[in-house]
Formats: sequence, C-alpha cells, structure tokens
Amino acid sequence: MNNSRFQKRSVFLLLYIVFALLPIYWMVNMSFKTNNEILVSFSLFPQHFTWDNYKTILTDVSWYSGYINSLIYVGINTVISITVALPAAYAFSRYSFLGDKHVFFWLLTNRMTPPAVFLLPFFQLYTTVGLMDTHIAVALAHLLFNVPLAVWILEGFMSGIPREIDETAYIDGYSFPRFFIRIFLPLIKAGVGVAAFFCFMFSWVELLLARTLTSVNAKPIVATMTRTVSASGMDWATLAAAGVLTIVPGAVVIWFVRNYIAKGFAMGRV
Amino acid sequence: MSTTTKPVNQKAWFLILPVLLCVAFSAIMPLMTVVNYSVQDIISPERRVFVGTEWFAAIMRDEELHGALWRQLTFSLSVLAVELPLGILLALSMPAQGWKSSVVLVIVSLSLLIPWNVVGTIWQIFGRTDIGLMGAALQGLGIEYSYTGNALHAWLTVLVMDVWHWTPLVALLGYAGLRSIPDAYYQAASIDGASKLDVFWYVQLPKMRGVLMIAVLLRFMDSFMIYTEPFVLTGGGPGNSTTFLSQFLTQKAVGQFDLGPAAAFSLIYFLIILLLCFILYNWMQRVGTQAKEGGHE
Repeated sequence: MNNSRFQKRSVFLLLYIVFALLPIYWMVNMSFKTNNEILVSFSLFPQHFTWDNYKTILTDVSWYSGYINSLIYVGINTVISITVALPAAYAFSRYSFLGDKHVFFWLLTNRMTPPAVFLLPFFQLYTTVGLMDTHIAVALAHLLFNVPLAVWILEGFMSGIPREIDETAYIDGYSFPRFFIRIFLPLIKAGVGVAAFFCFMFSWVELLLARTLTSVNAKPIVATMTRTVSASGMDWATLAAAGVLTIVPGAVVIWFVRNYIAKGFAMGRV
Repeated sequence: MSTTTKPVNQKAWFLILPVLLCVAFSAIMPLMTVVNYSVQDIISPERRVFVGTEWFAAIMRDEELHGALWRQLTFSLSVLAVELPLGILLALSMPAQGWKSSVVLVIVSLSLLIPWNVVGTIWQIFGRTDIGLMGAALQGLGIEYSYTGNALHAWLTVLVMDVWHWTPLVALLGYAGLRSIPDAYYQAASIDGASKLDVFWYVQLPKMRGVLMIAVLLRFMDSFMIYTEPFVLTGGGPGNSTTFLSQFLTQKAVGQFDLGPAAAFSLIYFLIILLLCFILYNWMQRVGTQAKEGGHE
C-alpha cells in the first residue's frame, strides 16, 4: 500500500470523526448540566456535574417504559422486514417474471409518501382493525418503509454474487433452502448486517406514525421526549440525557452486526 | 436491479408474495383515503362536497408552492452533491478489519441513531453564539454568525446538519459494498499493474454501483421530505429561507385544518418525488450499463 496515500486517508478519517463527534460531545456535555447552567454560561465541561437528568429518566416509569416499548416494536419490525425481504430480494436478483421491474420500483415508492397527511388514514385503518396502541401496530406500520428498503439493499448485494455459485450448488445436489442458508446467506452477510441496522435505525427514530398509533401502552421514547417542550420552556438537560440514552441501543446493535459488515465476502467463502 | 438477462420464472412471484402482503396492508388503504379526500371539500365529517380537480388546479397555481419547490430542489441536489462524494471517500478511508474498524463503524453510525427532533434541538444549541460550541467557535473566528437572522447562514446550517446526520448512511452502504468485493478482483487488478485510481474506477466503483444507487435514491427522497430537523432548528425562517416542501404542506394540512387541499397537495408532492426518482433511477441504470459495456468487463 502506498504510504503517503494511506496517511492522507487517516487524516481525512480523523477529521471526519471529529466533525461527527462534536455535536454529540455537546449533547453529552449538556446532559450532565442543569438547565440553568446550559442557558446561562458557555463551558466545555460541566461546572456543576450532575447525574440528575439521567436519574429522572431511569427512575420514572413513564420515561423508561418508552425505551422498552420502542425496543419491542423495533425488534418485531426488524425481524419481519428481513425475513420477508430475503426471499423477495433473491427473486428480484435472480429471475425475471411478469412485472418484476414495476413491482421493484413500486416498492420504493412507498417510502416517498409525505407522512403529514397520511396520519389520519393510518389512524382510521388501525382503529378499524383494532390494533391501536399496540406494539404490533407500530411494527406493521413501519414495515411500509422498512421492507422496501431491505429488499433494495439485499437485492443490491445479491446481484453482486455471480449466478454461477447458485448453479454449482444445485449441481452439487443442494436443495434451495439448504443452499440459501448454508451458502448464499454467508455470502451476503454484509448486506444483511447493513439492512438490519438500517431497519432498526429508521424504525427507532420515526416519530409521526409511532406517536399517532400509540397513546399509553406502547408509547415510544421519541414521543415521550416531546414532553420536554412545555409552556414553561424547554427542559434542555433532560432532553439531552434522553438523547444520549437513545443512542445506546443502536450502538449496541451496530456493535453486534459489525463483523457481518466488516468482513463480508472474503471471510464468508465456503 | 441489474439489466442482464435472467431466466424467466413466474413462480418467483411466490417469493415476493410476503413482501407484497406486508407493504400493501399499510400502503393501499391510506393512499386510497387520501385520494378520496383530495377530490372533496370536507366542511365537517358529515358534510362533504365533491369538487373534482379543483384543489389540484388551485395548488398548481400557488406561487408560494413554486418557491418552496425550488428551495427544496436546490437543497436536495446540494445534499446529494456533498454527501455522495464525502460518503464514498469515508467508506474508502474506513479501516477494513480489526478493532479499529469496529470502533469507527460505531462512531460513524452514531448520528443516525438520534431521533430527528433531538438532532434539531442539539444543533439549535450547538449553533448559538452564546452557549453553543459551533456558534461560539465561528464567532471566535470573527464571523458574524447567526442562523436565526441571516438567511444564508440558516440554509448552510441546515445543510451542514443534514451532512452530519446522513453522510454515514452513504458511508455505511458504500463500506459494506466494498467489503463484499472478492479478493480475487484486487489480485487480478494488481497483476494487471493497476494504480489505486484504476482499482477505484474499474473495480470498486462498478461493484459499489448497486448500493450507491440505493444511497442516492434514499438520500434524494428523504431529503425531499425533510421536515423535523429544519422545523426544530429554524422553524423555516428567517423569512421562508428554510421552509421546505413538507413544512409548507404541514402548514396547509395542520394549520388550516383543510384536508381536501392538503390531500391534493400531498398527492402532487408524491408524484413529484416519484417522477424525479424515476428519472434518477433510469439515468443511473443507463450510466451503469454504458460503463459496463465500455469498461473492462
């Protein structure tokens, strides 16, 4: 590897990491301050260090149940999205059939609907089927944008795998399910990892649908957070602490899928 | 989707059936309801009048809408122009293996995981010259920075916020795409005596084409619907310099409780995104296949 070029890349990466971390650093910094300190003085470190904001969230059931609710529906959603998307992506990448290109593009159009006006119809639909304020309702509603995303990402990765591999496996006597799980999935590990992370992420941060379809039992953390905005002004410190805590589950997820993303094809070869 | 010839197999429909069921459940009913609203004047839930295409005609002539549309287009294209090269560069710079790659992966994806309203709120403080790090730093450099008073500053702040928030999406997709390139391709390239740039141009970029296309479409349509972050950060101001399409739509829908025009507006909005994505998608497909035919494959 060319050494000076390697250096340049490292410098760029370092600069980007600083840029990426500065706003997050400021959020962490705020989460250890009191509201008064945030608004009155500028300081790089909390002058009156306090855990109170975190205590508020972790001891109040209406706060921390938000995290649990979000995790439940996000988990359901991610599992369903990946499970249904895998065979579909395989079909799109390997076969041509009546209307395949149209269906493929139509899937993505479901991500293009501006949410504001669709909230009322969603509310009516889920009230009619009796799913209001359940985790399933939010998980199902989020399939609308996550399934197309997963299909598109997985299809992109599957198309990169030469078709000869499928044919060789069939000649060797593999059945389709066995070939798919034993040979094909390891080849597209990186794609599955990225798709799963993106499904998790988009469902995790979605606010409008999640808030509309829940009231008490399944209220997500993103909706709970909006109550830091009140008539008496913003509760900046609690919001910052809640924001720091919302990063944690996703960071854990990416930590677990990192090996899928980082190694990919080269290590997964049979 | 690749354009090379594939075996015809109508049974493949069974493989995509679960996806169709999942998506159709949440897609078709709400869409039909909105279409239904868009041709009616809803005075109250009991009193509705059929008005045909009146709302559509009224909206197409709306001067404010044209302004918002142009601001939106400029913004989305700027987002793509910055985030795509930056994301590819970042994907190429990220270490391939070892503990460093794990740490970098986690750090890079952090910004994606913050709820959008919190992103806006954090940048609101971050950009303030009295109590925010960025605002204070810019003022320290002698710039009269104010995202609430200066239209250009507000616009740039929203753009930088979006770049900070969403470049990781491009980078992660590109990175995963890079990692799925078989070693054999690199070995073949090094036997051919290819330079770094050749490897990028003839091996890495064509192999990343699929995932980058997704990245472009995703960033385009999501930035076209950007709402929460600029709403929290600038509230669309100063003036209407950062009032993008979806905020304009929401003002119509929620502010005036006028379901008919709002529904018609969101259908037009949807069709605009659809049309632009369709053009973008087909253009990228064509560029891709031409590169393949003219390239080394």
